[in-house]
Amino acid sequence: MDDLISEFIAECREMLEALGGEIVAWEATPDDRGRLDSIFRFVHTVKGNCGFFDFPRLEALSHAAEDALAEVRAGRRQADHALVSAVLGVIDRISEMVAALEAGDEIVAGDDTLLIQALQPSADVPVAPVAATVAEAQTKAVAPRTIRLSVELLDRLMSGVSDMVLARNELARRLREAPGDVAVDGAFERLSSIIADMRDSITRTRMQRIENLFVALPRMVRDLSADLGKQVLVDIEGGDVELDREMIEMIRDPLTHIIRNAVDHGIETPAERLKAGKREIGLLIVSARQSGNQILIDIQDDGRGINAKRLVEKAISARVIQKSEAADLSKREQLALIFEAGLSTASQVTAISGRGVGMDVVRSNIERIGGIVEVDSTLGEGTRMTLRVPLTLTIIPALTVSVAGQSFAIPRSAIDEIVRANGASVTLEKLGGAGVATIRGRRVPEIALADVLGLESAVPEEERSLVVLRPAGADVYALAVDRIHDHEELVVKPAAPAIMATGLYAGTTLADDGSPILLFDPAGIAKVGGVRLEAHDRAARLAEAAATVTVSDETPVLLFRGLDGGRRAMRLAIVDRIEEVPAAAIRPGAGQLRVQLGETILPLAGVNGDLPAEKVRLFRLNDGAREIGYAFREVVDMSVVGTEIISASSPGEVSGVALILGEPAELVDPHWLFANFAAASGTLSEQLVCRLPADDPWMQNMLRPIVEAAGYRVVSDSDEIAADLAILSEASSGDAAAARTIRLRADPDPASEKDETIYRYDRAALLMALKSAGAGRR
Amino acid sequence: MSKLLLIVTIAGERVALPAGAVESVVELDTLIQVPRAAPHVAGLSALRSRVLTVIDCMRSLELGVTDCSDGVREAAVVELDGHHYALIVDSVEDVVEALSDPQPVRAAMGPGWERVSEGMVETEEGPMLLIDVAALVSGVEAKAA
Repeated sequence: MDDLISEFIAECREMLEALGGEIVAWEATPDDRGRLDSIFRFVHTVKGNCGFFDFPRLEALSHAAEDALAEVRAGRRQADHALVSAVLGVIDRISEMVAALEAGDEIVAGDDTLLIQALQPSADVPVAPVAATVAEAQTKAVAPRTIRLSVELLDRLMSGVSDMVLARNELARRLREAPGDVAVDGAFERLSSIIADMRDSITRTRMQRIENLFVALPRMVRDLSADLGKQVLVDIEGGDVELDREMIEMIRDPLTHIIRNAVDHGIETPAERLKAGKREIGLLIVSARQSGNQILIDIQDDGRGINAKRLVEKAISARVIQKSEAADLSKREQLALIFEAGLSTASQVTAISGRGVGMDVVRSNIERIGGIVEVDSTLGEGTRMTLRVPLTLTIIPALTVSVAGQSFAIPRSAIDEIVRANGASVTLEKLGGAGVATIRGRRVPEIALADVLGLESAVPEEERSLVVLRPAGADVYALAVDRIHDHEELVVKPAAPAIMATGLYAGTTLADDGSPILLFDPAGIAKVGGVRLEAHDRAARLAEAAATVTVSDETPVLLFRGLDGGRRAMRLAIVDRIEEVPAAAIRPGAGQLRVQLGETILPLAGVNGDLPAEKVRLFRLNDGAREIGYAFREVVDMSVVGTEIISASSPGEVSGVALILGEPAELVDPHWLFANFAAASGTLSEQLVCRLPADDPWMQNMLRPIVEAAGYRVVSDSDEIAADLAILSEASSGDAAAARTIRLRADPDPASEKDETIYRYDRAALLMALKSAGAGRR
Repeated sequence: MSKLLLIVTIAGERVALPAGAVESVVELDTLIQVPRAAPHVAGLSALRSRVLTVIDCMRSLELGVTDCSDGVREAAVVELDGHHYALIVDSVEDVVEALSDPQPVRAAMGPGWERVSEGMVETEEGPMLLIDVAALVSGVEAKAA
């Protein structure tokens, strides 16, 4: 708690310092909107933070000032001299209180009513001179226990290290070109590993456990719910997930806002909850987890949910959407209206979740850092908000492509898929000169990168590759490029203003060979290329949310040819990346073929034909814990596979055959691969089957990975396959067809002693149950 | 006042750059084009793991286009607002001491020069035109906007 208070004080101090000039300037020109806004933000922040701490005087003052300023912002009130002095009085008093806190004193009880009255429109109360109610700040400074470093300094360090890495790469290249002394190579190796270590630790100085953000939540929720006469239990998970400290700062406000909303508007009062047949105590689950290079933060409540119908009505009356449009909105699109400016289903404004600073701000804040907010809600059952944010801001995974012989990079986060222009599922058409690509029945605008850049491409149209892009908050489009190269992690730096002015680029970076590469801004290319994004803006954003949340029974797969020439498909999710290694890197060792990749040695699967003499391409497969390599000849295409799979008669490398892009392909069974190649011992004779309800997103998104990791094949309740185990939620009635059934409850405490359900976040108990269910059969 | 000046030749004319602003003089070999950028941006180049934005001074002065096709070009590297630029010049000659503060040039200069001029300085080698590096980097377009 002490840390939090000192953080709060430091923040206030910083803002007060920055505000110093603003206040004086605002006094001179009370009409200045920008200044008004920055002062409003200050009192808003103070008010918000007082919610965590017990500073009633600070809260009362900042709340009163915020109210008055909100009136001015809304244009209902003029900023006259009296108001300005009153606000200044409040800010002075706040700064005195902060100073007292900083010196380690309590805020002395005092009377602020005069100041607060002075904020009222008709107040003719003279502003009392800032009284000495606060004890004189002690001159003896408190010795700091930690050092506060500016993020700027860390950034400089970070970029210095990045430069060092690039310089090292260049040196490495030079050394390769001019093979020298073994001693030099040895020294260089040492330097390399030191630099790598240093880069790691510098990166870590910027990383913070998300716990720092979460630790304040229980108290905040407790105080909020006490104020509102509600009972809320907070369940926090994944506090050990690490995130760039800058990102933590960026998501602090949006997260606080969402939680306030959930407690204030989402969770009902105990009486209402009992009436609705729920437990008196509302449950708020905040969880963080890492998924690839994204962090997912879920905020889930079991409150009343969002009334989508009312939201649509409000949107129509607020002219956010047309009535005719409203009829076509899907459920998800309706819910997403909550992110539109000026919409809120709350009928009254409360002290807790404010006015003006709404969900639209939450969304724009998250999108500014390259993240996404999604909402899912069932009326009467609860709401789930998901924040997806990238891990850091400086290193961007990107795909390098080339056009007319020049390389460019595209941020991977914007890439939806990559298809070949002459692939079976793709057709290209020209409508009045505009390109339209039809990819598996979906029509997307197509633009040629060469045209956008004004370059001449030597590659004929049908031989180009299409990169389907989905810029943040906009519609998809396909970009035709000459060639796709490689995935790279790039240290991106801002480009010079003259380059940014084109609107096409997001920054520059250096490739491994030391040559500069331009990083594209996908939204900018669409704009310059003339793709109209606005018209489908909303639909696209929603489609995106739909794509990530809905449980699809189609699994994306990578279609490839094996070394024996067989047409096979590999589930995309387990392919970490594609590597190319010299044939010499593959050697038998400890009873099986192994491949050396950098400094690791992986078991190698897929060697069912002759290995190529020089270079071998392989998938690097990852089950979350272990990796194996899988050699293949060539990648054919990306596609999806549905549920219609003809299972193989006996377990093996191929789990079944499915029609993919009109031709049969063998589906590689990753489980079998890992069981046979990665497992240290034992061979699983047959895979266990677990049935999960397909329509339960929690089960599909959160539970499924655990179940799969425990060795089960997951089927949905509609699949007619004999299951060894079924997992159901407590609420669902009836039995699932399975040898055994596990029921999960949402409540940590069992309802009675006989209750055999498992709390759904009790990982240990879940794993035990999964294991014992499996043991029954083996 | 003793200020050092770097004498370079741009479009056949000997002019002075404030030596303090110039970090180094380099020879550029490879240039990466920046499609759609302003014409005076000749491209990107790399210097010791830094990206340089290469400015064609002739183009910036509207005095023609530097021919970059023949390979190595000399350039002066300057830093401006945290970005590094390489200014392509015909040749780099010498560093001299400024013997006076910049004085306004009262005679009419060519339009390109007028825009980037900071005035005339006296040196041991006679009067020199002192160039405003920022104006050179921003080019004609920025001025018009």
